[in-house]
Amino acid sequence: MTSELVLQLLLTVAAALVGVGLYGALSQQSIVMVMMGLELVLGGVLLAGGAAWFFLAPELPDAQMLVVVALVVMAVEMAMGFAVTIAIYRARQVDMVDMATDLSG
Amino acid sequence: MPEQTLAEAWGSAPAVLAVVAVGLVLGLVVAGVDRAVVSGGSGAAVEPIRSSARLLLEQRRTTLAPDRLLWRLGGTAVPVLALLSLAVVPIGGRTLWSTSADLVWFNAMEALLWAAVWLVGWGPNAVHAVTGGYRFLAQGLAYELPLMFALITAGLAAGSLRTTDVVAAQQDLWFVVTMPVAFVVFVAGAAAFAFWGPFAAPTAADIAGGVSSELSGVDRLLVEAGRAIFLGASAAMAAALFLGGGSGPWLPGPLWHLLKTLAVVAALVWIGRRLPVLRPDRTVEVGWMVLVPLTLLQALVVAVLVLTGFYA
Amino acid sequence: MLSDLSGWAIAAVTVLGVLSVASGIAVFVVDSMARATFALLGSFLAVAGVLLALDLVYLAVVTALMMTIEMAIMVVFMLMFMMNPAGLMPMTMVHNARGSAVLGAGAFVVLVLGIWLIDWPTRDVSRPPDSTRQLGEAIMGSHMLVMLLIGIALFATILAGTVLATARGRYDRFGSGLDAQQPADPVPGGLPR
Repeated sequence: MTSELVLQLLLTVAAALVGVGLYGALSQQSIVMVMMGLELVLGGVLLAGGAAWFFLAPELPDAQMLVVVALVVMAVEMAMGFAVTIAIYRARQVDMVDMATDLSG
Repeated sequence: MPEQTLAEAWGSAPAVLAVVAVGLVLGLVVAGVDRAVVSGGSGAAVEPIRSSARLLLEQRRTTLAPDRLLWRLGGTAVPVLALLSLAVVPIGGRTLWSTSADLVWFNAMEALLWAAVWLVGWGPNAVHAVTGGYRFLAQGLAYELPLMFALITAGLAAGSLRTTDVVAAQQDLWFVVTMPVAFVVFVAGAAAFAFWGPFAAPTAADIAGGVSSELSGVDRLLVEAGRAIFLGASAAMAAALFLGGGSGPWLPGPLWHLLKTLAVVAALVWIGRRLPVLRPDRTVEVGWMVLVPLTLLQALVVAVLVLTGFYA
Repeated sequence: MLSDLSGWAIAAVTVLGVLSVASGIAVFVVDSMARATFALLGSFLAVAGVLLALDLVYLAVVTALMMTIEMAIMVVFMLMFMMNPAGLMPMTMVHNARGSAVLGAGAFVVLVLGIWLIDWPTRDVSRPPDSTRQLGEAIMGSHMLVMLLIGIALFATILAGTVLATARGRYDRFGSGLDAQQPADPVPGGLPR
């Protein structure tokens, strides 16, 4: 098997993670479940970044840095997501996105 | 690759079997020392084996509507993670496998314990068990960061995250001399992630045994063995990272490492059994207000020493 | 150019990839919130396994470490905010499931078309002897700016998260005149005040 094929397979797996995560983030009503969908999308980014490093540019650290940044984005997303969930629940006992549409146009 | 790993030297299957055997022996040693300290020596060598055999034969109890999948998964994960963490601990001067991030590997296996212990508490659908699981998470927030800083300090001085490199960097001077805080925090962190001794709040008597309250038979054996192996593996790791591993006069290296490991185990059990169980809400504040600054300061001291060429 | 991965590694990567997607789907299928959270953890651990096979040891173990702790915290919130923590009664909480499925599948198809139609460069690449050292030297050298910004972002997150999540200010702790000797905290903590 050539490395190009393995790269394409891994990127397909990453794309599947992104697709499943997108479905979850859009379809779930609970704020916490929406966050889980977003995490899954970022999991796909991790996988794609790692595959890109190994097969395309292992002599450069850039793809590794991309994975680090994706990990940090995940941490920030979780921390802020939990904080917002607690804040909005404390203010008006809301834990579903449908009841928090103040910013929708 | 600087040195041969155990897997390369002996072949994969024998090396894995050897590490599992070492893990079991370490677990039995920890349980025996614990028994000797608590009840004064009588039958200390036989008792762990006898109670293991009894738990193997004991019939399982169950509860109403347990989450059996997650319960078994958590219970099995505890000893498996303990053995996996042993894979980067040098045994006879070699680790089972050697990666460029051994210390982070050890840390990650212990972090996976967060999930495993919570699952053991969640599985039986019982209030005391899940309370114990939550207590473990709260306690985890207290010990995790100081423990990470302690591990990183040893890696910092050696200029490598590989365990064998850290051992090799202590030829002239044991790291415990320049980083006593990191050593103490690491050993205390080991007791905390094995939720043992003063950090046994997740299994405390006030919640009827907490995470282990509904465990019986093989499940209890797996969790208890996992805790003991984790303690033994951490003692061996502490001896390797801070006490120079196999370095010492006259005796061969592996024997020195074994003696140091036994000394750490004995000290840990002797002190740990004399302290009361700490409440997680108290340990969290101490962890963040005292230990995080202290370990950061320790890392700063070591970093300055590295820059002055002290360890070179 | 032939693959650098051995046959075993390719098999492992394939199995882990399928596993990560399968447990990713399980997140939105299972009823129990505890199982959903740990299905997501399973997906991340499979991704970490792939990274391990791709010779990215440090990133793999850091992913496993971070995601495990994140999911252990996540499960607390899942049980706190969801109505069906143990999944003892089947229920669904979704809106616009059909549209979301179409969008998710559409994104997947577009990405897959791109992945399989693009002519990927096949050139001889030089592998660094140690990927961890490569990353460390990038962080402390050529890519230090990224790390500086990450540090500031994480610090800002700590502050903002605490401010959002806490409901108590200094007037709750020290009274309306800020003159109480002891703060009135619901949890006493471990240090003398």
